[in-house]
Amino acid sequence: MEEFFQQLTNGLAVGGIYALIALGYTMVYGVLKLINFAHGDLFSTGAYLGLTILISFGLTDRLGPVAGVLLLALMVMGLLAIVGTMLERIAYRPLRESPRLSAVVSALGASIFLQNTLMFVYGARFQVYPHDILPDTALDLFGIDIPIVRMLILLASLVLMAALYLFIQKTRTGTAIRAVAIDQRAARLMGIDVNRVILIVFLVGPALGGVAGLMVGLLYGQINFTMGWIYGLKAFTAAILGGIGNIPGAMVGGVLLGVIEALGAAYISIAWKDAIAFFVLILILIVRPTGLLGERVAEKI
Amino acid sequence: MNRRRITFAVVFVVLAVIPFFLNAYWVDVLNSVGLYAILGLSLNLIVGHAGLFNLGHAAFFAVGAYTAAILNTSFGIPILWLLPLSGLAAGLFAVLIARPVIHLRGDYLCIVTIGLGEIVRIALINDVFGITGGANGIFGIARPVLFGFTIRSPQAFYYLIWSFAALTVFLFHRLEHSRFGRALNYLREDETAAEGSGIDTGSYKLVIFGIGAFWAGMAGDIYAAKMTIIAPESFSFWESVLIFTLVILGGAGSIPGVILGAFLIVGLPEIFRDFANARMLVFGAAMMAMMIFRPEGILPAKPRAYRLADVRNLVAKEGTK
Amino acid sequence: MSILAVMDVTKTFGGLVAVNGVSFNLEEGTITGLIGPNGAGKTTVFNLITGNYRPGNGDILFNGKSVVGLPTHRIAGLGIARTFQTIRLFQNLSILENVLAGCHGRMRSGPVGAMLRTRAVMQEERDGLARALAELDFVGLHQHVEQPARNLSHGNQRLLEVARALAVGPRLLILDEPAGGMNEDETARLMGLISEIRKKGIAILLIEHDMRVVMKICEMIVVLDNGKKIAEGSPEEIKKNPMVIEAYLGTEEDQTDAPSY
Repeated sequence: MEEFFQQLTNGLAVGGIYALIALGYTMVYGVLKLINFAHGDLFSTGAYLGLTILISFGLTDRLGPVAGVLLLALMVMGLLAIVGTMLERIAYRPLRESPRLSAVVSALGASIFLQNTLMFVYGARFQVYPHDILPDTALDLFGIDIPIVRMLILLASLVLMAALYLFIQKTRTGTAIRAVAIDQRAARLMGIDVNRVILIVFLVGPALGGVAGLMVGLLYGQINFTMGWIYGLKAFTAAILGGIGNIPGAMVGGVLLGVIEALGAAYISIAWKDAIAFFVLILILIVRPTGLLGERVAEKI
Repeated sequence: MNRRRITFAVVFVVLAVIPFFLNAYWVDVLNSVGLYAILGLSLNLIVGHAGLFNLGHAAFFAVGAYTAAILNTSFGIPILWLLPLSGLAAGLFAVLIARPVIHLRGDYLCIVTIGLGEIVRIALINDVFGITGGANGIFGIARPVLFGFTIRSPQAFYYLIWSFAALTVFLFHRLEHSRFGRALNYLREDETAAEGSGIDTGSYKLVIFGIGAFWAGMAGDIYAAKMTIIAPESFSFWESVLIFTLVILGGAGSIPGVILGAFLIVGLPEIFRDFANARMLVFGAAMMAMMIFRPEGILPAKPRAYRLADVRNLVAKEGTK
Repeated sequence: MSILAVMDVTKTFGGLVAVNGVSFNLEEGTITGLIGPNGAGKTTVFNLITGNYRPGNGDILFNGKSVVGLPTHRIAGLGIARTFQTIRLFQNLSILENVLAGCHGRMRSGPVGAMLRTRAVMQEERDGLARALAELDFVGLHQHVEQPARNLSHGNQRLLEVARALAVGPRLLILDEPAGGMNEDETARLMGLISEIRKKGIAILLIEHDMRVVMKICEMIVVLDNGKKIAEGSPEEIKKNPMVIEAYLGTEEDQTDAPSY
């Protein structure tokens, strides 16, 4: 029983991270019908930049853990928003009118470029996050010791997801994003500035992905330039699981995938842990391709 | 037409004699080029002709290589005899796993192929069924023996690989210029219109996956014999990306384009070995740039020319039936 | 002899009933028009016949055999060919290759045959080419057949679609707004072509908004409005039918859909 709760909370925390990354994928796919292969690398970039800022500015030393981490998160989000828009400008905008294959290849190229830039700058070995930022203690829930870091991460992702959800549902910009995702042409005819919507999507998505990278650094203590690839693919699976283009879907899909993976690794086999995500992916695409919450992408017959 | 033939003849002659002018290292580089050319041509059928985004092609390569390795090391079956078997294993595998997902929309199919590629790689590492040797792979694979002559040196492998490549070019050229090849073009250009004209697009997609995989499987057999050791890390997503990229950069749907792509993908990193780390950066940047400035590839496919003169006479005589 | 029987067919998309219990019969070798205001469900009926959509209810019989549930390519193989409302040619392929697509179903060589190039395979290719050229001659597009299809004028692209459909060797030809975007001369040429096709014994079902075309060449007309059949009969009968007039003219406020006689 103890083991189960440990794995469950672990899965929820990781799932929250997957969800944040998945949101980036789903939002971009929703408005551009493009799989942003470079998104996983934006997540890695967030992890690395977070580390650099943390160490260079000694934020937590000066401001204490809470304020320090919060400021760190904000800075990472801001920087990633900039990187995200640059990515869109350079690799995707020129190909808006081109066939889909071109954008896919360009996305792959961008991913390779980003990943290797990170390797170039930071080296190929694992980089380590300082362990003493967040308290190393555990919380006593129903008699089980759950690391407080895990709970904080989970809480943080839930807060961010809630914020995004409110943004998408309640603000005009959020509605505009949903409209463009459903039918770009109709949205444009309704007077929505599609370019601005795309810009915002590439600000918010990468920001969330970047902060997810920061969280991984804090949660696991080490980062590597290839993690973008594996997290990225799993997050995309989560997005599809929930229904691509569907924002609540990405949240549900992410958390669900995290839990399935954690429990699967614990009770079935740890060696196949990474493959679990792919099995889920293929299964969902065969059985219910529109995802659990339904696709929000217009299909022209 | 004539200029093409001359170019072709020149290239053929150069390729035929070049091993005598190069040292073993560079011959081996050309061997890599040859293998990538074969892999590229096999993927070209799927991506270039049928227009299906397959980013998991390394999995078919792996199935072929491992089939050859396992049957050779466990049962001593000569490597060259295993050529069709490796192809068959890979082809059947492809058809089996493609069947449930073949109807999926382009982007989804792309992601599924990535996922399948990863599952295969993880399965190999985890020593599935206890026969794949885990992360260390399989070693001790025999060399090919042709009419009593053991193929061992880079030069000998050169002729084996490039003969196979030449055969591939010959057969695939015929495949392109046929009813079958046309059907692939139709399904790529407009699936609905193709169906309306009576083409069973679902079947064609499965068949082309099968043929592409079959060929990649055979390439896997040759690769296993050349390396004598194979391990899962040679069949990663990165390999699939490489093969995919060489097809796209060279010119999807174009045989000369794909071969050029193979030369670039293998040759350029070799030439710029000193800039080892920057290589990949340039690679990524090149992919983006190509799509923006020359998406059809360096040597794009040429439209097919038909010999109409004699056919017209037939029509003039008989009119519309 | 009835070649096509649409029997009480219904198709719903989500909450919208696009086709609601529509029934009509086509006789062999006749030209029938399917008309109605925009959104009446005409193209949906076409898509149901060709198997692109599956009806929720009802049946469709072609030569007495039900075709519901059959994949599109099989229905084409049985003898129903179509053109599309928005032109769906293989724009980057040549004019000739577009028509060859239609010939596909009457040839049979596969990948092995392609690689071996036997005598039989080569003969089949020649026959296919001959057939394609013949159809192109028939519609009047025998010039520059190796140019890409996108180079053709709009009107000629429509003719090419017809040629491709004819190459299938259909017993029933379904034309979705074949005169769409055509000028006077092109339309006249098209009407002549349709008569010629009929002389070959091929039944034709067409959707058309240009009423001159419909009234002149159709022997029978079926009228749809809001997914339902509201009238059926000869051009004379339809012209005078008050329900048809109302469907097109509507109330006093919205006189936008008036047919041009």
